[in-house]
Amino acid sequence: MDYTLVVALEMIRAIAWLVLLASGLAIIFGMMRIINFAHGEFLMLGGYTVVISTNAGVNEWVSILILAPVVVGVFGIIVERLVIQRLYGRILDSLLATWGLSMLMMGGVTMIFGNTVQGVSTPFGGMKIGAYQVPVYNFVLIGFAVLVLVAIWCVLKFTKAGLIARATMQNADMAEALGIRTRWVYMTTFGIGSAITGLAGGLLAPVTGVVPTMGMNLVGQSFITVITGGASVIAGTLSSATLLGTISQGVTFLTGPVYGDAALLVTALVLLRLLPQGITGRIFKRSL
Amino acid sequence: MTKLSRRNFLYTTGAAAAATLASPLVARAGTDTIKVGGLHDLSGALDSTGVPMNQVFQLAIKEINDAGGLLGKQVEAVIYDPQSNMSLYSQYATQLALKDKVDVVMGGITSASRETIRPIFHRYNTFYFYNTQYEGGVCDRNEITLGTTPAQTVKRVIPYAMNLYGKKVYTVAADYNYGHITAAWVKRYVEENGGEVIATEFFPLDVAQFGSTISKIQGAKPDFVLSAMVGTSHLGFYRQWAAAGMKSQIPIVSTVYGAGGTEQVILTHEESDGIIASFGYFEAIDNPTNKAFLEKVAQEYPDKKWVMSEISEVTYEGMKIWADAVKEAGSTKRDALLEVLTSGKTYDMPAGKVKIDPKTQHAVRDVYIATCKDGAFAINETFPDSQPEDTQMVCDLIKDPKSNTQYEISL
Repeated sequence: MDYTLVVALEMIRAIAWLVLLASGLAIIFGMMRIINFAHGEFLMLGGYTVVISTNAGVNEWVSILILAPVVVGVFGIIVERLVIQRLYGRILDSLLATWGLSMLMMGGVTMIFGNTVQGVSTPFGGMKIGAYQVPVYNFVLIGFAVLVLVAIWCVLKFTKAGLIARATMQNADMAEALGIRTRWVYMTTFGIGSAITGLAGGLLAPVTGVVPTMGMNLVGQSFITVITGGASVIAGTLSSATLLGTISQGVTFLTGPVYGDAALLVTALVLLRLLPQGITGRIFKRSL
Repeated sequence: MTKLSRRNFLYTTGAAAAATLASPLVARAGTDTIKVGGLHDLSGALDSTGVPMNQVFQLAIKEINDAGGLLGKQVEAVIYDPQSNMSLYSQYATQLALKDKVDVVMGGITSASRETIRPIFHRYNTFYFYNTQYEGGVCDRNEITLGTTPAQTVKRVIPYAMNLYGKKVYTVAADYNYGHITAAWVKRYVEENGGEVIATEFFPLDVAQFGSTISKIQGAKPDFVLSAMVGTSHLGFYRQWAAAGMKSQIPIVSTVYGAGGTEQVILTHEESDGIIASFGYFEAIDNPTNKAFLEKVAQEYPDKKWVMSEISEVTYEGMKIWADAVKEAGSTKRDALLEVLTSGKTYDMPAGKVKIDPKTQHAVRDVYIATCKDGAFAINETFPDSQPEDTQMVCDLIKDPKSNTQYEISL
């Protein structure tokens, strides 16, 4: 019984992990059609912000919840102004530019902060579930994954800003004709996507090794989740994260992490063969 | 997203902003120097290990030059950065051998990089020192191997931990040749000592979530966990282990933790305290050579954040031992040097006594077992004169000096 509970919890945590990794990218890639190859480095920047500021004496939660999203969000806006704004509609060019950006960020962070920084420890410690022990922090990850999705949904669905953003992404010329300054909308949307990525990087900082190259290991999972999910931010991210997280963790429990990793890739492969536009290209079509 | 042209359509692509990496640093000067090559990853995934190695490599050269150089000449370093990239490794190795015509090369970190460059140096008769702890089995007269092998470390740390904790072992290892070979050695030594490996799990290097494994370990209730986890993603294992509150319940013994000299810095003390490891060098070694060495390093690199580990200290050894042999032989020719190196001379190094086994050209050295405490390793036990028995089982360069291979040691 407690084993089932632990397995279920672990699956939900894996889903939350994918949701956090992918939400920011879903906005930038899913909505804006910008392939941000530096997504992993945006996560790394969030992680570095937390580690550096916590070591400098800032409260760990302030660094995770405020500093990481703000720093990465502002960085995202700068990047959008300097590079991305010239590349809307040019998917391959954006890939090349952001790939270069990712190398620049890895090199830059190594130069400024060094490749070895003291990590931060995971808050809260362990919790007993029958004969097993799990980190309480798992619930924090799950909570924030839910919060991020709900927040994005509320903004897109109920606010005027969300409506404008959706309108701009659907038909920028028409939106412009209606008096919307689409440049600002693009900039803000990119900034928000970056900020969410920063928050995710910050939340992951206490549970992984924070080094300049950490993004390379995360960018793959993020893209797989977003592409499998398809164009809609909420339904896409949630459905693909649920599917991929459950399958990969289920297989990991049954066999081992090698097959768990492989199962995630095979699932994504099969899904994209059947649903080339992603899950939300066929199912939940009109959802957000 | 619109397909119509935007106002800024004519702007040139921002891709120009994508910076390409700088070309390698090559020091070059007149002909009246002895050139030595350094091939360590100074950027890319392995830079946290490569940079310290390169720093002590340069420190050793500086010391040699300050003491008057070799054969009346100054020693000059030719340094390339292979950027953790195997094709650059082979390119720079060829350059070092043919264009720079160096007398010796120190370098290579992973076994993959070594097996990329070793045949190149062998072909061009460029003397090569490999200074990393690795899985054993290299048999090549052109290579001196100074790092420890499993028969020197794993063989000792397993019975040590079994005495301390018990006989049921759970192995977690990285999913590539190092992890698989080490896991096989672990199984062998555990069984030789009357214990049992209850499970072995392998992790691809990009796996960063360990929750399910940690639950499985809790279910299996081993006496200790043996970790051969490699790389920064795998550091997450130690963090998530501590976060689940397992630190106080099941101890961790590792064959690689601390190998790069950065793990102790990246993890917090609560996460790393109590981990047991075995290497040929720890900062805590108590001898005057080591004290002087660490002082010099601190003076030369006051901003360093890394901890001196076997891989870096042995790189220093490599340079010093080579220089000593050059002095004694009065030549930089490989065969003359090999004669001196394999003559059984004992070198007094920061790590203790080091000798070169003529059969395998691997180091016979002191091996230590230590426990991590407050982020630093404290030594529990010393094993002097540890032989590279694994490689000795398969390799005899006296009988077969033409050998040019890495044997797989069948277990």
